[in-house]
Amino acid sequence: MTDTVAGAGTPAMLGARGYPAALEWIARRAEAFVIPLAALVVGMLLFSLFIALVGKSPVQLYETMWRGGFGSWFSIQNSLSRAAPLLLAALCVALPARLGLVVIGGEGAIVLGGVAAAAIGVALGGAPSFIVILAMGVAGLAAGGIWIGAVGALRHYRAVNETISSLLMAYIAIALMNQLVEGPLRDPASLNKPSTQPLANIYRIGNIPGMEVHWGLAVGVVACVLSWVLIEKTRWGFAARIAGGNVRAAQVQGLAVGPLIVGFTALAGGFAGLAGMLEVAAVQGSANSSLAAGYGYTGILVAFLARHNPLAIIPVAILLGGIDASGGLIQRRMDLPDATVLVLQGMLFIVILFSETFYGRFKAFNPDLWQRTS
Amino acid sequence: MGATDIGLWGVPLAILGGAIRVSTPFIFVSLGEAITERSGRINLGLEGTLVFGAMTAYAVAVMTGSPWLGLLAAAAAGLCFGLFHGWICKFPKVNDIAIGIALMLFGSGLAFFFGKPFIKPKAPNLPAIAFGAWSDIPQVQAALDVNVLFLIGAALSLVLWWAFRNTRAGLIVRVVGDSSDAARAMGLNPNTVRLVATGVGGALAGIGGAYLSLYYPGSWTERISSGQGLMAVALVIFARWNPLGCFAAALLFGGAGALGPALQSVGVTQGYYLFYAAPYILTLIIMIATSSPTRSLTGAPGELSITK
Repeated sequence: MTDTVAGAGTPAMLGARGYPAALEWIARRAEAFVIPLAALVVGMLLFSLFIALVGKSPVQLYETMWRGGFGSWFSIQNSLSRAAPLLLAALCVALPARLGLVVIGGEGAIVLGGVAAAAIGVALGGAPSFIVILAMGVAGLAAGGIWIGAVGALRHYRAVNETISSLLMAYIAIALMNQLVEGPLRDPASLNKPSTQPLANIYRIGNIPGMEVHWGLAVGVVACVLSWVLIEKTRWGFAARIAGGNVRAAQVQGLAVGPLIVGFTALAGGFAGLAGMLEVAAVQGSANSSLAAGYGYTGILVAFLARHNPLAIIPVAILLGGIDASGGLIQRRMDLPDATVLVLQGMLFIVILFSETFYGRFKAFNPDLWQRTS
Repeated sequence: MGATDIGLWGVPLAILGGAIRVSTPFIFVSLGEAITERSGRINLGLEGTLVFGAMTAYAVAVMTGSPWLGLLAAAAAGLCFGLFHGWICKFPKVNDIAIGIALMLFGSGLAFFFGKPFIKPKAPNLPAIAFGAWSDIPQVQAALDVNVLFLIGAALSLVLWWAFRNTRAGLIVRVVGDSSDAARAMGLNPNTVRLVATGVGGALAGIGGAYLSLYYPGSWTERISSGQGLMAVALVIFARWNPLGCFAAALLFGGAGALGPALQSVGVTQGYYLFYAAPYILTLIIMIATSSPTRSLTGAPGELSITK
């Protein structure tokens, strides 16, 4: 785990204060890359063990996973399509996490964002397509934003635990969706699977030119970059990081913690709602129970794996999108249940959380502790 | 319904029967969570433990033909999950809530993985006692068909309530939950106590899962639990970590869960899904009503991260 920079810590090689500044710079940043990567490898090894124990070949599994996720242009496009909602769902966890909140109900915001977008898309039928698509995006943002923003408000003004309330709200959101698509918003033509009326083709979101991947991927990447700028480069982000470290300290500093929490959670929920809108406008064509496909829950894993850094979410979401995409192939080729992917995700999640305990433990990553020899 | 048509009386009766049926898993999970939280940790993973317990119980019952062996296996599986949570959380910087979320996903994933072959076969059910045999109205009989686990759960909540106050073990758990430092000064190792408390909590959640798959609804499917494990956590806070309160709150939640089917049975089908969401809405309302930003909760264990 320490191999990459361990040499740098050997004082005999270089004198006191003689470490090149670049080396210190690398060492300080290496921890954030080395520990998660090592955890990823350990998680995959543990999963290999699990697969071997149930009598299958781990080598064949990873080979199949690679083929299903990234082995061909077709599978890469499939992975990228699945990464699109994960990017936004992960932001729904990562943004509140910077304030010290654990919000895990993104699934609810996705579902309601999708329903709101579908309702607007049908209601505005006949209007120019860019207006309708814009209105659908706003509807998705608003629905998700209100839903998770309420979680943040309850947390700050009523001290209601946000982890539990957000998950309860997710169940309520799914019930609300079922009620709406079976009742007032139901398309009478949808018999087996109650859905809203299908969007007209001109209101659907198409693919990025040259790819079989819809524009949602670009939206997700832009949202991640914007979130990174918000957190790292603006005063709101700075305030949020202070409040995330210590709420009392932030309040003593005169920061308006309440609006900050509500704003961040609303934005986070808005992103998840946007993911629901994209699923409706680019993939499903209408709102139905397929919206609750578990992206909200995989998004939790993505965010934790990326340690709530919006830029790191981009590669992690693509990786997990790939794992997700390979699920079908694993099922067919290796005769394993479709839950195989869930087991892998669960193991990765546990190992990643366990790896938190190793931060700050390795001298190699902390130049302040490097011994000086004169 | 014919001769036994009892009209709208069917609704409260069905809610009563439903409350008894639906509440049993809540009782076990919330009692387990109460023990864990009293020791100062929170285990959100009980949702996953519940699902895995349901699968284990069903699979073992199918293979051995004995629902009681299934129940035992579910408790053992739950114990393993609980011990794992208790062990991994002793490491510095490992967050108990986050580990709980991970175990929730992992437990469900593992249950679906191993449970695939058991979706079809039929397992023997846990026995129920017909307290309604005196009546010849079918609805009354149905409502008063009480499963033995409900009675065990009721007895257990009484025993735990007594044990927390009057036994050495109860005192140890409470001390560790209120202050790690005080516990250390008494020569107790907080991590060991929490390990045991989380393990016992997991075992009880496993039993709750066994009830789901072996009695009501009485089959193994991937949708067997719909957040009961998680609602139980909220319920423990509402019950102020008091086992008797847990029992009462579980009955209340069971009644809320039975509202939708009860209304449907008398022909009210409007808003079915909204009634289905009643327990979640009730939980949320209770959480909002009982939390306060200015004062800490009475009876809250001092070391509990969720109330800090």
